Amino acid sequence: MSVSSSLSADEKELRISIEGRFDFSSHSEFRKAYEDLDARVDSYIVDMSGASYLDSSALGMLLLLRDYAGGDDSNICIADCNDDIKKILAISNFEQLFTIK
Amino acid sequence: METPVLVSELSVADGLSVSTAKILIADDSNTDRLLLKTILIKQGHEVVVASDGHEAIEVFREARPDVVLLDALMPKMDGFEAAEKIRQLAGEVFVPIIFLTSLQSTDSLVRCLDAGGDDFLPKPYNSVILQAKLTAFIRMAEMHRTMQSQRDLIVAHNDRLLREQEIAKRVFDKVAHSGCLDADNIQYSLSPIAIFNGDVALAGVSPSGNLMVLLGDFTGHGLDAAIGAMPLAQTFYSMLEKGFSLQDILREINEKLHDILPIDVFCCAVVADIDFNNSVMQVWNGGLPDCVLYRALDSTVIPLKSQHIPFGIRDSDSFDDSVDTFEIQVDDRLFLWSDGIHEATNSDSEMFGEERLFGVFEENTKPEQLFDEINEALADFLSDKTISDDVSIVEVRAVSPGDFRTSQSGFIGSKQAGPRDWTLKYELRPETLSNFDPLPMLLHILIQVPYLRNFGGQIFTVLTELYTNALEHGVLQLDSSLKDSPVGFDEYYQLREQRLLQLQEGAIEIQFHYKGTDNGGNLKIIIEDSGDGFDYKQFDGDLHNNVRYSGRGINLLRSICDSIEYSGRGNIVRASFLWGDSQ
Repeated sequence: MSVSSSLSADEKELRISIEGRFDFSSHSEFRKAYEDLDARVDSYIVDMSGASYLDSSALGMLLLLRDYAGGDDSNICIADCNDDIKKILAISNFEQLFTIK
Repeated sequence: METPVLVSELSVADGLSVSTAKILIADDSNTDRLLLKTILIKQGHEVVVASDGHEAIEVFREARPDVVLLDALMPKMDGFEAAEKIRQLAGEVFVPIIFLTSLQSTDSLVRCLDAGGDDFLPKPYNSVILQAKLTAFIRMAEMHRTMQSQRDLIVAHNDRLLREQEIAKRVFDKVAHSGCLDADNIQYSLSPIAIFNGDVALAGVSPSGNLMVLLGDFTGHGLDAAIGAMPLAQTFYSMLEKGFSLQDILREINEKLHDILPIDVFCCAVVADIDFNNSVMQVWNGGLPDCVLYRALDSTVIPLKSQHIPFGIRDSDSFDDSVDTFEIQVDDRLFLWSDGIHEATNSDSEMFGEERLFGVFEENTKPEQLFDEINEALADFLSDKTISDDVSIVEVRAVSPGDFRTSQSGFIGSKQAGPRDWTLKYELRPETLSNFDPLPMLLHILIQVPYLRNFGGQIFTVLTELYTNALEHGVLQLDSSLKDSPVGFDEYYQLREQRLLQLQEGAIEIQFHYKGTDNGGNLKIIIEDSGDGFDYKQFDGDLHNNVRYSGRGINLLRSICDSIEYSGRGNIVRASFLWGDSQ
């Protein structure tokens, strides 16, 4: 499991990429990815193309990011989920809180 | 309360400075002893001496040196024997023992080590080697001591943690797995939790006799997961007892958990409200995998899908309390589970999964064995492991109202106490009708008469039936015959919701007349709605045999009340209860 992040050229969008299992062990890495930023970011992409699995504490981490990014006004896209992850997000009806692609 | 010591506060144990120590020299040769003592004192050590094995033990006992230098061959008791005794005396404390020896043979050196020596120092002494060895051993003893004090601290912390968890778990078990889970028509298995797994199962009966069941799964494990169970259970039981509706309870639970839990902790849950009297079940599922309604009639399995965001995430403005409504028949079975059963993993890292779970239903031939078969299939799948920590399953079987019994509390209050002679008139107009449930409040007023508390459930049932009739058939003009077919059943509840939202006119007036006596009482409930009523005269005396009006639950009302009378155009109903000498 690892978390990496990159800013878009205009520094408006942050892409956070998850590799492997997304669970409690990624807690501090995931937070660091968006908290330790100088730039003011408008939107976030959580790139799940390399993620194999996500558990309920990962859902909690996504909620923390959402809160940090402005709650109901946040603009977060969870992208490229595999079927298992899509299903977990769907059961929790997280499509009402995030854009899921 | 003692102040907790954090592991990070651990430091190197006091007592030994890095390279000087208290050293015992035991040697029967005065010259050798003196020589060694001089070298050691020069190097800054403190020295105590002995001239044979016995004395060495005595001096060790009193002076408690950090390092022992023992001549192998001494009178009375030799170094080998003394070493063993000193080891015993030292106990858990690591005291390096170094043999002083002029013996050269491998055998005798091995004997030194076998006797419990840590090293040996050949005579004549080389002061550089001596210092190097002492420094190394003193450092080692110091590390040993640090390690031991850290270990002791960790053991103490762990003991305290276990103690606290045990107490918390006892409280948690009482709160989280409580209510009427022991009713005859409920089966449940909750994993024997060594630690908290965050699963909560609650079941209770409302004043009108509905059974409400909740299975919840908090994010995380351990205390953080358990902590939310307390307010959840409290809200559930206290609101249920007061007769609040499923929607009100869902809202209140969500709001409470939203207010108190950290952002990343939430509760996936399914809540079912089963009305045995009217054969209706309402289900709200937020974040749990598909639960199941099993139809006894044709063995179909109806998935109860998660339609909502779990409890504790949304604020009350955006919380969605809409429910799915199902008609239920006697012996239908409701199965609730958390994702633990899907995620139970065997030694090949395979998960049990939804397919295997639903496979049990496909292969089943005797519905009453479903619950056991699910547990067996899971145990077979996990084979070498006991059922993993997280598996919670609840089964509820639908029964006829008469068969659903829970323990009743004893008779409350003296008959004469409380308000004895009063009337209440309460009129509800459209804006109130569309979004307020007056029944909990009205029940609350009625049970101010302590005597009436004993009949709270029955009165609430009657009140609920009469009010529902007035609202649904009177004000909203819904036709109960719609409910006869499954499609119509859904349509009925959709229409109800729609008409409530758009309600512009209509009213319901509720009246209570209570008169208590010394040994009895008389309560009249009169409900009048603004609707068209129905032709009650045509069916008078034969109402309970008429299918069309069975939707009004008149049979049930007749069985509870002393009399039920309709008047006006069928839009006024009068129910009376008589007790004791008023009968």
